[in-house]
Amino acid sequence: MNLKISNLLHRKLFWLIILIAASVYSLTLGVKDFSLLGLFTRNGEDIKLAIISRFPRLISILVTGASLSISGLIMQTITDNKFVSPSTAGTMEWSRFGVMIAIMFFGGEAKLFKMLIAFICSLFGTLIFMQILQTMKFKNAMIVPLVGMMLGNVISAITSFIAYRFDIIQNMSSWLQGNFSLVIKGRYELLYLGIPFLFIAYIYANKLTIAGMGESFSKSLGVNYKAIVLLGMVIVAVITSTVVVTVGSISFVGIIIPNIVSMMMGDNLRNSLPVTALFGALFLLICDMIGRVIIFPYEISISLIVSIVGSIMFLALLFRRKKKWSTS
Amino acid sequence: MIAVRNITKIYGDKKVVDSVDLDIPKGKIIAFIGSNGAGKSTLISMICRTLKKDDGEVYIDDKELKDWKSNELSKRLSILKQSNFLNIRLTVRELVSFGRFPYSKGRLNDEDIRHIDKALEYMGLKELQNRYLDELSGGQRQMAYIAMVIAQDTEYIFLDEPLNNLDMKHSVKIMKVLKRLVGELGKTIMVVIHDINFVSCYADYVVAMKDGKIIKQGDTCQIIQSGVLYDIYGMNIDVQNYCGKNICLYYS
Repeated sequence: MNLKISNLLHRKLFWLIILIAASVYSLTLGVKDFSLLGLFTRNGEDIKLAIISRFPRLISILVTGASLSISGLIMQTITDNKFVSPSTAGTMEWSRFGVMIAIMFFGGEAKLFKMLIAFICSLFGTLIFMQILQTMKFKNAMIVPLVGMMLGNVISAITSFIAYRFDIIQNMSSWLQGNFSLVIKGRYELLYLGIPFLFIAYIYANKLTIAGMGESFSKSLGVNYKAIVLLGMVIVAVITSTVVVTVGSISFVGIIIPNIVSMMMGDNLRNSLPVTALFGALFLLICDMIGRVIIFPYEISISLIVSIVGSIMFLALLFRRKKKWSTS
Repeated sequence: MIAVRNITKIYGDKKVVDSVDLDIPKGKIIAFIGSNGAGKSTLISMICRTLKKDDGEVYIDDKELKDWKSNELSKRLSILKQSNFLNIRLTVRELVSFGRFPYSKGRLNDEDIRHIDKALEYMGLKELQNRYLDELSGGQRQMAYIAMVIAQDTEYIFLDEPLNNLDMKHSVKIMKVLKRLVGELGKTIMVVIHDINFVSCYADYVVAMKDGKIIKQGDTCQIIQSGVLYDIYGMNIDVQNYCGKNICLYYS
């Protein structure tokens, strides 16, 4: 019996069905009365509501969940460290720094500009992080993310300081916490920009895995290590900054989801990448639904829910890994 | 054929490898020996392009390293470095499959799968093929890496201290496989080994280094001699013939 359940849990199809069911259900959640049937009977009100608010919200959650967990997976692969992700390597903070710069010089409206500058800053920041990693002699599993977080905090402090000075702190605070309640048609489409990069990640999955085996393995197999690591960082920077600009930053997703998938099916990205995307989307969707239901008709910010659920899962992961280390 | 000309590596103002010339004979196990810091690993790292050389040339089959395309070269020459503990969670079979990457680019065809199966069999890893590397012992893991190199099916194989941290059983197993690879498949294997008795029992040819230079090279029986070993290591090593093998006694 137990075996049957674990078999089921390893089926991608099973999880896909759950994701679809949860997605459909999430469409019905909300203050305004809404009936799924209305979409088929062409009820004007229902269709309007779906197009303006419910669908954008659902899609942005799914894309964000998939993007963040894949960013985490790529970073963990190329740094060879299970605790590195956009939120522990400073990538998100750099991205926010970029948003701040963009607001300062171009005002709050030019979204594509914001995205571009956020991308440049997060790529730059991730490069610095990788450079520091290379000069570090002892790459302790815990020290690496600590360095990243310290770097992130420094950048965060600089961002806040400048934002205070130029009186744009209110403008900025909406990027501090991820939030899907403001997502409506016309405000989330930038997220689509990240999707092609998810596919690029899949195309290069084998090379990214080889890069994760280290420089000498890569050389031996004829893979250009530096180029692949750079490609991985560009992918991470693009998808992280699309998320930060449209939704805001959400932590933990990028660490927990790839770690769970890694335990289930290993680190061969060819296999684990699609599953990571699926789990990330599902995880964020469930957190969002919890946030919308608990104090209905009000809602709790998703980053709060993710932080609570995420930190508990993170601790569980930490203890599990520790147990494994001490026995090996 | 691998030919090395005037190859040099400088760290700071110290020449770690100092204008070395070397012709590596084909179809043999070639052992690189010498004290710590003699430049063995640096030399073979430069030959197999994992380390940039500061001067000199390396010719692989009459073509200089820089004229080789990386992917083409990875079908001729494979490398296994010391201290290759991987954090990455792969099964043994997945790891060995990556050995076919230079040929398959990730899309394994029937020939690739045949090579993978053969490599697993060669190393006796068939039963462990679906286990994750982090669940294996150090010895089994090293066997898996070597299986990967076998699957890569290159003419030249570089192994940097493959016996490091292994017990005797796995060490002997690995050396026997290397011997088979040379005998049955005609590979050329360059290996850095510290245990001189393994060199004496398994290597065909020895290159001895000291202070960044090659001070002696030749067939194993010419090198494993008290006087020669004294020049290499600066210590008295008694060599005894036991059952037709030269055994070095350096424990007292």
